[in-house]
Amino acid sequence: MLPRWVKPLLFVLCLLPLARMVWLVLQAVPVNPVEFITRSTGTWALVGLCLSLAISPLRRITGYGALLRVRRMVGLFAFFYAALHLLTYLWLDQFFDWAAILRDVLKRPFVTLGFAAFLLLLPLAVTSTDGWIRRLRRNWGRLHRLVYPAAVLAVLHYLWLVKRDLTEPLLYAAVLAVLLGVRIYWFCRARS
Amino acid sequence: MLIRSASDIPASAITPREVYLNRRQFMAAGAGMTLALLGADAAASLLSRSSPFSTTEDKNSLKEITTYNNFYEFGTDKSDPAANAHTLKTSPWSIVVEGEAGKPRRFGMEELLKIAPLEERIYRLRCVEGWSMVIPWVGFPLASLLKLVEPTSKAKFVAFESLADPQQMPGVKSRVLDWPYREGLRIDEAMHPLTILAVGLYGEVLPKQNGAPVRLVVPWKYGFKSIKSIVRIRLQETQPSTSWSTANPSEYGFYSNVNPAVDHPRWSQATERRIGELFKRKTLPFNGYADQVAALYKGMDLRKFY
Repeated sequence: MLPRWVKPLLFVLCLLPLARMVWLVLQAVPVNPVEFITRSTGTWALVGLCLSLAISPLRRITGYGALLRVRRMVGLFAFFYAALHLLTYLWLDQFFDWAAILRDVLKRPFVTLGFAAFLLLLPLAVTSTDGWIRRLRRNWGRLHRLVYPAAVLAVLHYLWLVKRDLTEPLLYAAVLAVLLGVRIYWFCRARS
Repeated sequence: MLIRSASDIPASAITPREVYLNRRQFMAAGAGMTLALLGADAAASLLSRSSPFSTTEDKNSLKEITTYNNFYEFGTDKSDPAANAHTLKTSPWSIVVEGEAGKPRRFGMEELLKIAPLEERIYRLRCVEGWSMVIPWVGFPLASLLKLVEPTSKAKFVAFESLADPQQMPGVKSRVLDWPYREGLRIDEAMHPLTILAVGLYGEVLPKQNGAPVRLVVPWKYGFKSIKSIVRIRLQETQPSTSWSTANPSEYGFYSNVNPAVDHPRWSQATERRIGELFKRKTLPFNGYADQVAALYKGMDLRKFY
């Protein structure tokens, strides 16, 4: 069983990136705060996605079933940072200039991909409650496979926007490749 | 050519030092840290006169100008140059000026500083990434240097090269660009009075992260054209290859004039965020220097020659 203090501790841990971001911006440390907030929220959304995708493989390898009980919280925090990331773009970057935003989404592939990734995550966040899990039954698991394409789109979104140095986005691509690769490997082995 | 009149007193003489050094950081970190930021041998002040080419817009703080830099020789993050550039050895330093010139020669740093009276040039700088600053450079027209070597009639272009020493520049060990960093101008662009070689910033010797000891500043072009830490200038007949357009020809052209009507393939160039401001502002053709430079490009299709 999962000790009772694990979830509250995890909740606080997941809020630390936000606390750090707010603290640094209030201290006027970043010279370009809007860019800093955009990058920081985007980074933590990606980290959250990778962590939530790491939980099932970890459970399988360690045999520690209780791990599944924190997956929802990690996933919801990934969505939380993705939502802050989108809000930063809509509000602080574009100031709700809907015509410019629409042009961006249609014309800029990396914006299109990021937006698509968010749209895929949205129903997952909405159906994350116990009630929805009951109501959707087997379909809940099917629906939540959308996290795989969402994570792929999120990494492509990052890869496509970088000016020149691909080191960091490639790092996330490698992590995601491992996380999706083990699933494919296990799936193929189970069928043969 | 429109020459705008501006105050005869350089604004750096009016702005109290602790204000432009950013009071909060100044008081928190103390003067020692500020000196460390500028580099140990950068205590020297530069005397300069004001210039009618300077803008009267609010200047960015020294902290903003010296901690948010693109200088890939010291790393690709904007905070990397401020953290890593202390290893750059700026003295002794010299620039070789060669190629299609009657009197090609090498200029030591002491000679460079005496070529022409130093001027304060407060220029807008527009980065291709969509942000901008207002920076009080200290420098002299590139034309003053070029005239000394007597360019021949074959000198149609000017090619520039930065130092590329992996011992001093950790970023050069990575293959992110094809080193040394290269830039180029057409000869008329190079001879234009707005084009300067900068040796200082805010009345003091240029900080290392800003391209010490001597860099180019071409205010109507995207920032990457203003090559840093120059060691070689070559006059030549053919258009030189430049680092960013070699790395990605469809995204970065030779001219790279600031142009709100021609987008970067992946993002819009119509607006920019002035560092320190929340709302974006409209980007101006030729970064607001159209009156002075638009004639250089008369009859050219600026979509084709981006």
